[in-house]
Amino acid sequence: MAIRRPLRGVPTAVLTAWLIAVPALAQQPPGTASEYVPVPEGSIQTEQLPAAPLLIAAYAFFIAVVVLYVWTLGRRLTKVETEMRALEQKAQTGRR
Amino acid sequence: MFLRAALLVLRKDFAIERKSLEILVTTLFFAVSCVLVFSFGLVKEGKAPTDAAAAILWIAVAFAGTLALGRTFERERYGDTIRALLMAPVPRPALYVGKLLGVVLLLFATEAILVPLIAILFAAPLLARPLLFLAVLVSGSVGFAAVGTLFAAMLMRTRSRDVLLPILLYPITIPVIICGVRGTAALMASPADEAMAAVWLSILIALDVVFVTIALWTFETLMVD
Amino acid sequence: MAKSLLAPLAAATVVLFAIALVLIAQAPPESTMGLVQKIFYFHLPSWLGMYSAIFTCGVASILVLAKGSAVADRFAVAGAELAVLFGANGLVTGPLWARKAWGVWWTWEVRLVSALLLWLVFVAYLIVRRYAGPGSDKLAAAVALFGTAVSPFVYISVNFWRTMHPKTTVLPTLPTSMGVPMLFSCLAFMALFGTLLAIRVRLAERETALDALYLAYED
Repeated sequence: MAIRRPLRGVPTAVLTAWLIAVPALAQQPPGTASEYVPVPEGSIQTEQLPAAPLLIAAYAFFIAVVVLYVWTLGRRLTKVETEMRALEQKAQTGRR
Repeated sequence: MFLRAALLVLRKDFAIERKSLEILVTTLFFAVSCVLVFSFGLVKEGKAPTDAAAAILWIAVAFAGTLALGRTFERERYGDTIRALLMAPVPRPALYVGKLLGVVLLLFATEAILVPLIAILFAAPLLARPLLFLAVLVSGSVGFAAVGTLFAAMLMRTRSRDVLLPILLYPITIPVIICGVRGTAALMASPADEAMAAVWLSILIALDVVFVTIALWTFETLMVD
Repeated sequence: MAKSLLAPLAAATVVLFAIALVLIAQAPPESTMGLVQKIFYFHLPSWLGMYSAIFTCGVASILVLAKGSAVADRFAVAGAELAVLFGANGLVTGPLWARKAWGVWWTWEVRLVSALLLWLVFVAYLIVRRYAGPGSDKLAAAVALFGTAVSPFVYISVNFWRTMHPKTTVLPTLPTSMGVPMLFSCLAFMALFGTLLAIRVRLAERETALDALYLAYED
């Protein structure tokens, strides 16, 4: 289903608008802080559960998952491209 | 015309089922054994946890319902009657409604056995507020059956259909289960929380409307394949 | 369309993540939750990503069912995969944060349960597409449609249980020192979502083209 020429810019525009609008709308001017309050300097106490491993695990998981996904996508793309080129070559030699 | 077609489908299924009673009897027995398994899992020193009766009722309905759905459509597939049904000069959604009515009636028959059984086994006042309880039971069963009938019909000609049906059905019918269990539990409490039960009931009815509407809209497209 | 947007989107993603990470590292730790609250900067945008992906998949599925559009089908698959990706991230970072902040890995609370159920629906979508054989695109579209339609009800029905989650009004009360890193983090995640969506849709396009080539070649 081909998108007609004059309309071709519309999905691009909509996607760009969406990608900017979502985080923009999620923000609002900061008012009085009631739940998320930054620590006054020098008053952090040591906690029972070490936070660092959890923090690192969280960020590491995200990076690992995204990298893995992009890698699999890249692999599948190159595989499809090579198959396509092989097929096109075969078609060429077949026609000759 | 629509209603007549739906009722004709129902009558056909009814006539076939009446001869052997296969699906009815096996579903009932499965539901009962489900309840027993849960009882042995949950009852400790002769007492079950307070809301267990409500939970077990709805879980048994969900499991038994899934089995019954699979086998109702298996019968159609086996006899290859589905092609005849699809070729009939009736609106396709009427087929869906006919099948839905059949499944709902089967669920009612199962619940007719399950409710007294659970009430006795768990000494649970399931019928404390009979009308509201019946409303919750009916709307919950219809909601579950609405999604189930659509998915079972569309999975009829796919591979791995037996295991795909629960995989698709359960995440989507969990709100039905939640509302059913909570509504039933609210009615079993002492004193019975009728206001809360009415809230759960209204969510269930809204869910039923949404599910049946979407199912009627998509049935045509999905059965063309 | 996907091709022309890919390079700028990818570039934007890298830049925004770089900025966001620097800002997150510099952001002050929160007074009651301490260092672990910094997971928040990745946790919330993950849900933004998942809901964007679900929206994409839902709209595309409606088009697949109504028009049988092949383009919509590619967006539906891409949206579902990204929904599972970002949702998995949210479901892992959430408990990691909760373990430190609230002491438990999991609570049966509105947003957690609703998100989990919605995530499961899209996992089911991918399972159907993979294992259901021919015609699976329409079946999966129906699953996506039902899942998206039922999500407000999931939220409402689970909502009557007790909640430990911070109220949604947290964002407006974020002080600037935390609001700015959060903004960049959100923008970075949305750019990532756009990039991954573009790549995945392009992959689907190429696979369809390959199938068409095979068919033409066989003739």
